[in-house]
Amino acid sequence: MRFSLKKSPSHFSILPEIIAILLAFFIGALILLFSGYSPLVAFSALFRGAFGSRNAWGQTLTQATPILFTALAFLLTFRAGIFNIGVEGQFLMGAMASALAGIYFSGLPAPLHIALSLFLGGAMGALWGLIPALLKVYLGAHEVITTMMMSYIASYLTSYMVNYPFKAPGWVAQTEPVAKTALLPKILPPTQLSLSFIISLFLSLLVSFFLFHTYLGFQIRAVGLNPGVAENRGIEIKNRQILAFLLSGFIAGIGGGGEILGVHGRFVDGFSPGYGWDGIAVSLVGKLHPGGCVLASILFGMLRAGGMTMTRVTKVPLDLSLIIQSLVIILVSAPYFIKVVILRKKDF
Amino acid sequence: MPKILQTIGLTKSFPGVLANDHIDLEIEEGEIHGLLGENGAGKSVLMSTIYGLYRPDEGKILIRGKEVTIDSPHTAIQYGIGMVHQNLTLVSSFRVWENIVLGKEIKKGLSLNEKETLKKLEELLKMANLEVDLRAKTEELFLGSQQRIEILKILYRGAEILIFDEPTTILTPQEVDQLINTFRSLKKEGKTIIFISHKLKEIFAVCDRVTVLRKGRKVGTLPIEEAAPEKLAEMMVGRDVLFSFPKGKKPGEEIILKLEGIATPVEKGKVALQNINFNLHVGEILGIAGVEGNGQRELAELIVGLIKPRKGRIFFRGEDITFLSTKERIKRGIAHIPEDRMQRGIISDFTVWENLIIGFEDQPPFVKGKFTLNHSFLKQFSSQKIKEFEIDAPGNDVLVKNLSGGNQQRVVLARELSGNVVLLVASQPTRGLDIAATEYLRNKLLELKNQDKGIILISADLDEIRSLSDRVLVLYEGKIMGELSPESDEYQFGLLMGGKSIDEVLA
Repeated sequence: MRFSLKKSPSHFSILPEIIAILLAFFIGALILLFSGYSPLVAFSALFRGAFGSRNAWGQTLTQATPILFTALAFLLTFRAGIFNIGVEGQFLMGAMASALAGIYFSGLPAPLHIALSLFLGGAMGALWGLIPALLKVYLGAHEVITTMMMSYIASYLTSYMVNYPFKAPGWVAQTEPVAKTALLPKILPPTQLSLSFIISLFLSLLVSFFLFHTYLGFQIRAVGLNPGVAENRGIEIKNRQILAFLLSGFIAGIGGGGEILGVHGRFVDGFSPGYGWDGIAVSLVGKLHPGGCVLASILFGMLRAGGMTMTRVTKVPLDLSLIIQSLVIILVSAPYFIKVVILRKKDF
Repeated sequence: MPKILQTIGLTKSFPGVLANDHIDLEIEEGEIHGLLGENGAGKSVLMSTIYGLYRPDEGKILIRGKEVTIDSPHTAIQYGIGMVHQNLTLVSSFRVWENIVLGKEIKKGLSLNEKETLKKLEELLKMANLEVDLRAKTEELFLGSQQRIEILKILYRGAEILIFDEPTTILTPQEVDQLINTFRSLKKEGKTIIFISHKLKEIFAVCDRVTVLRKGRKVGTLPIEEAAPEKLAEMMVGRDVLFSFPKGKKPGEEIILKLEGIATPVEKGKVALQNINFNLHVGEILGIAGVEGNGQRELAELIVGLIKPRKGRIFFRGEDITFLSTKERIKRGIAHIPEDRMQRGIISDFTVWENLIIGFEDQPPFVKGKFTLNHSFLKQFSSQKIKEFEIDAPGNDVLVKNLSGGNQQRVVLARELSGNVVLLVASQPTRGLDIAATEYLRNKLLELKNQDKGIILISADLDEIRSLSDRVLVLYEGKIMGELSPESDEYQFGLLMGGKSIDEVLA
C-alpha cells in the first residue's frame, strides 16, 4: 500500500459539527419566521444576551458550568464502554452532601470548609456511581436500567430531604443556607459565575490528562473500545469499569456541590432542570472529548443565557432556544446526514 | 469483440492509502479470471468498486464496451454483476430458500409462493450443478453449504459476472474442491467468474487467466499456461519467495508446559475440553490439528488464562498456574496470537503505538513515575517495532483499522513477542495473510523455536502444521484423538480429524 499524506486519517474535523450548529440556527430561523417573529431581532437578542457584555458572558459561563461537570462525568464512563445515564442522580446526591456539609460543619476556615464540602459532594456522587458499578460488574445488571433508577431514587430522596428533615422554615422547599465559609467566591460579580467554573475547566484538563496520559486512562479506553482485547492482554476489566464509575460519580458530585456552594447557597428543591441529562447531550456534541465538552457546554450555556434575554426583549418564548438546542443535538448525532447530504462525501 | 467487463484507469484512495492506482483490467466473457495479490494489494477494493460499494476517484468501468456508472450493489446486479463476499451475509434463522429469494420474492397475495419458488430454485440448482437442501435451516448448514446459498442468491438475481472475494478462506479442503467444481459448472453455463485469492494452488486449479495486483497497482495479466507458481509469487511479492521451510533443531528435554487431566465447563457456544494431557518441551513446535470448532479456541484461551478449567492442572516450567490471571501469565512469558484478530488481537480504533503497548502500559519504562505514560519512550518503542517487524504503516499515530490484515497481524505479533516470551500460543496465525506475511510469520515461529522457546501452533491449515511442527496432536470434539508425526500420511490426519481413534487409524 502507498500512503498519501494529504489524506492523513489523523486530521480531526469539526466541520460537520459546525455545519450542524449553523443548520440548527437556520431551521430555528425558519420556525421563528413562520411563527411571525423576526429571526434577525430574536437572534441578535440571543447573541447579545449570551456574549454582548461582561455580564452576558458571566451568565453564559454560569449556565455552562454544571453541564460541563456532568458532561465530563458521562464522558469518563462512556470511554470505558459504559452508558451511565444516571449522571443526574450522582449530581443531585453530590449537591445534597455538599449542602449538608456546608450547613453543619462550622468553625472551619473558608478554604478548608469549601474543600471539605466539595470533597464530600464528590464522594457522595462516587458512592452513587459505585452501586450500579457493582451491580453491573458482579451481577450483570445493565447500567442503563440501574443508573436511571438510581437517578429517580436520588431525585425523590433529595426532594424528601428538603421537604421534611432538612427543610428550612418557610414556604419554599429548601435547606438552611450554607455557612459563609462554605460559599464559593464569585469571580465575575455581579453575575453568579463562581469558582466552580474554574474548577470545571481544571477538571477538563485533568480528565484529558487522565485519559490520554496515564496508564489507567489508557486501560479504561482499551476496555471501552474492545473488552476482548483488553482481557486478552491482562487488563482487569471489572476493576477499570468500577474505577470509571467512581470517577464519573465523583466529578458529577463535585458539579452538584459547586452549583450549591457557588450559585444557590443552599439546596433548593428542583434546582437542577436536568443538568445531568444535558451533560449526556453535551458530551456527545463535544465528540466525547474533554476539550469538545468545554466548547459544547459553552454553546449550551449560551443558548440558555441568551435565550432568557431573547425572551425578555423580544417576547419570543424561551422554548425556541430549547428547540435550537434540541436541533443541535439531533443534527450532531446524525453525522451521516451531515457528511453525505451536505458535504457530499460518499464512503468515508 | 468488446470485453464483458473492463476498467480503465480505475483509482480509489482512502485516507492515507492509495488502494487502487490506475488499474486497467480486462475480463473476457465466459472465463474464470483469477485476481491474485497480497493482503492490501487492492483486490477487494477493486472488486468492491466494480460492485458499487465504493465510488472510484478516477477512471471508468465498461460493460460490453459501454461505460457505466455503478453507484450501488443494486445497480451492479442490474448490469449482471454479483458478488460473494468473504463474510457471509445470511439470515441464520431463515430456511435456505428464504435466504436465496430475500429481497426478490415470488409472492402469492401477501405471503410467499413457496411451491413456485422451490420449483424455480430446483432448476437453478441443476443449472449450476449445486447441491443444497433448500428447506434446511441456514444455521444448521456447514459454511461450505452456506456459501452455496450466497452463490444461488446472485444467480437467482440473474448475475452473469460472479465475483468471489477470497471464498476459500472459510472452507475445509473438501469444500474447496467442491467450490472449484461449481466454478467449472458455472463456466460451462457461460458465466464469467472473477476469483480473488492469494492461494496459488487454487488459482492454478481453475483459472483461465490471472491478473496480479501489488500495492494497489496492476503488475500484469497472464494466461495460466504462461504462469508458473514461482513467477506469480514473485509478481505478487516483488521478490523471490521460499516455498519450503527448513526444520529447525531438535526440541530439548526440559518441559515448558504441562497439561494434566484438563476439562473445561460445558457452556453454550463453547466446546468443552475433556481429559487433555500433553507436554510441551523447549525448542518445540507442537501442532494442534483439527477441523475448526473442535476445541482449538478453548485450548488456546485455557493456556493464556481467559478460561479456567473445571478439572485438571496446568504447569508452566514446573509452577502450577491453573488459577493464575492472564496478567500474571503474560508476566511469566506466555504470549498469545489470538485466532480472532478483531475480537482479541487489535483495537481497531487505537493507533499503532497504542496497540503495540496494550498490556505493557503499567510497567516501567512504559510508565514513568506511578501513573504517567512515558510518551517519548512509547513512540520510540513503537517506531522500533514498526521497523523490526516490517509493519507497513505511515507512522505511529495511524489508526490500526487503516492497515491491511497482514499488517494488523504484524502489530499483534510485534506486541506479543515484545515481552520476555517463553511460550507462544499461536492460533491460526497466518489466517487471511498473504504470502509475504505468511512466510514472515512462519519464519518467526521457527526463529523462536531455535531460541528454545515453546510454541503451540493451532491451525486449520494442515500443510502449515505439518511443515512447521515437531509433533502434532489432533483435536476432535474437545478430545485429543491422538498424536502423529508431521511426516504421517495425510489420510491418517484426515481420519483423526474426522473422529476416528488413533488405534483404528494405525491398525
